Amino acid sequence: MFEYAPAPESRSVVEIAPSYGLFIDGEFTSPAEGGTFKTVNPASEEVLAEVASAGSDDVDRAVAAARRAFGPWSALPGAERAKYLFRIARIIQERSRELAVLESLDNGKPIKESRDVDLPLVAAHFFYYAGWADKLAYAGFGPDPRPLGVAGQVIPWNFPLLMLAWKVAPALATGNTVVLKPAETTPLSALFFADVCRQADLPPGVVNIVTGAGDTGAYLVQHPDVNKVAFTGSTEVGRQIARSVAGTGKRLTLELGGKAANIVFDDAPIDQAVEGIVTGIFFNQGHVCCAGSRLLVQESVAEELLSSLKRRMATLRVGDPLDKNTDVGAINSAVQLARITELSEIGAAEGAERWSPACDLPDRGFWFAPTIFTGVTQAHRIAREEIFGPVLSVLTFRTPAEAVEKANNTPYGLSAGIWTEKGSRILAVADKLRAGVVWANTFNKFDPASPFGGYKESGYGREGGRHGLEAYLA
Amino acid sequence: MPKKSSPVALPAEPAPPVRLSVRKTYKLFIGGKFPRSESGRTYVVNGDNVALASRKDARDAVLAARVAQAKWAGATAYNRGQVLYRVAEMLEARRAEFAALGVPAGELDAAADRWVWYAGWADKIAQVAGSANPVAGPFFNISAPEPTGVVAVVAPPSLLGLTSVIAPAVVTGNTAVVLAPDPQVGITLAEVLATSDVPGGVVNILTGRHAETAPWLASHADVNALDLTGVEHADLAAELERSAAGTLKRVVRHRPGADFTGDPGLRPMTMLLETKTVWHPKGE
Repeated sequence: MFEYAPAPESRSVVEIAPSYGLFIDGEFTSPAEGGTFKTVNPASEEVLAEVASAGSDDVDRAVAAARRAFGPWSALPGAERAKYLFRIARIIQERSRELAVLESLDNGKPIKESRDVDLPLVAAHFFYYAGWADKLAYAGFGPDPRPLGVAGQVIPWNFPLLMLAWKVAPALATGNTVVLKPAETTPLSALFFADVCRQADLPPGVVNIVTGAGDTGAYLVQHPDVNKVAFTGSTEVGRQIARSVAGTGKRLTLELGGKAANIVFDDAPIDQAVEGIVTGIFFNQGHVCCAGSRLLVQESVAEELLSSLKRRMATLRVGDPLDKNTDVGAINSAVQLARITELSEIGAAEGAERWSPACDLPDRGFWFAPTIFTGVTQAHRIAREEIFGPVLSVLTFRTPAEAVEKANNTPYGLSAGIWTEKGSRILAVADKLRAGVVWANTFNKFDPASPFGGYKESGYGREGGRHGLEAYLA
Repeated sequence: MPKKSSPVALPAEPAPPVRLSVRKTYKLFIGGKFPRSESGRTYVVNGDNVALASRKDARDAVLAARVAQAKWAGATAYNRGQVLYRVAEMLEARRAEFAALGVPAGELDAAADRWVWYAGWADKIAQVAGSANPVAGPFFNISAPEPTGVVAVVAPPSLLGLTSVIAPAVVTGNTAVVLAPDPQVGITLAEVLATSDVPGGVVNILTGRHAETAPWLASHADVNALDLTGVEHADLAAELERSAAGTLKRVVRHRPGADFTGDPGLRPMTMLLETKTVWHPKGE
């Protein structure tokens, strides 16, 4: 095989300030209690910036600003709100290279993905929901759908700017105002988004960004003047939020964890399936709630498929996220690396067979080699718990009924994959899968027009598409 | 500057030269280019010679529209939406030119907003006009809208009127041959389209006499739909509709004196759409 020469993307397109305040009422302000935290580049452990930690007073201020902005914003004609969102979409398109580099620096994901997946989807999401702002009467939610008020939104670190877009675009299009808390390990792209809002002349208070850790998020979702809570993250935190919102009358949507089955039948095109399996679990280092983390392969083709998969895994390039040839970047944080490491050790201890291709990992930063476990049973923790890393558990089945049974044998229900040349089988199996998104002969496809969200303990509500409006409409 | 005290009379300074403006030539818009009428005919509008389109120009325009249609319909809806949004951007940029042609500022605003409105429909019309159909059997069954093809449009004269017939036709993937009654507004809009990433042939604009060119479009076998919105005389509209029946064109009936300021609704788009229903069995 040929060696790849380094092909680094330049960092010079992005200027990160040494420190950032909270974006409240159209301005960056210092936190009342003055706390800060550092955000690091997970590929080097270099500190990128110091970021303000919002306390309850700061969250109060942000919610109050959003409340003041709500009246005039919701009273704007939809066509005018639309034009603000179209402006935001355009500014993101124009700044997408800068934002892609920023995202890779703060998150650790390969530039190939931030440049070709995250940023195009972010711009497209704003473009899509911009178009809904003046068409809400056509969306099927009654003749005069109304906004809810102030939305408190808490997003994760795996797709920081994309998750912001999924939250902010539909909220604003429908006439709500927002207070958004990005994840503490990846706050920077949300803070840059604040500048995008400023460039678009978005009225102050319509979008407020409060940075901080779990406490900040808890203040926000528990704030009495928040009408709507939207959260993407772990099922455990989702449960806590559902408990804290219970009885308050706040509207709630949750997009939580997953343990998706990627089902390969014996008539599947093997090479295509292998690509889909690799995309399914190693895309974004496996930090994907809908990752295809359980491979269910029909026994008769298991051997052939696995040897093909191992051959393909040996060609994955793990390393510098800013190198344009990198396939798998850095694990987002030391905490997440510890969790992946622990669950993988449990997998081996419980008797599954662990395999990784030979791969040199950098000395500094947080790294985990692409890993598969074979001989996994449904009782193993690595078959039941979300690992949220580049770790695939392989199970086998004999009949379609067994595949469906095993696929559904999880408290999660976010996504699933089906690989077969037989169209009628795809549709019959899709009918039986308890999952919100089913990919057939493809995996990890996203589009602003396509609703996304889970069954069961993967959460409730949908983001994207016409359905995504419902979460923000009375 | 001569000093006031100078005893010598200096020659008078020459008058500044008069700059002659460069006038615009108003030609047709076919296949992304601006040709003269193949007939060589022009007529005078506001002192400018304007192309007087012929039957052959109309047929050339239909051919250009047909050639462009498959690729335009095959572009992603997201792409078509962005192209229409770009039209709004370029229209704003030519504000002064439309004002000089007598288009009121408020009408230009409304036209730009109308392009933006339709831009948003590109990737939503299927979500509103399509459906998943619960048939009584083990079948997957969905219906989705598809463009009908080439639309011939007899447009109303105003910029907002033109926008209100062109945008709903092309946003879904149709291509259009448009007869513009106000040639200067029509061709200036063509210049907007030509600088907006609208692929050549998606919109073709002809200037001249409706009564002469429209019948050729109404009977043309490669035209799928006929929009008579801008036809003023009921007799001509009826005759064109009868002619369109020869190939069962979809006909949008004439609306003399129509007001385009309100919410257009879905009809301007759905009138120019087909519905395709796909069945597929389910079973292991």
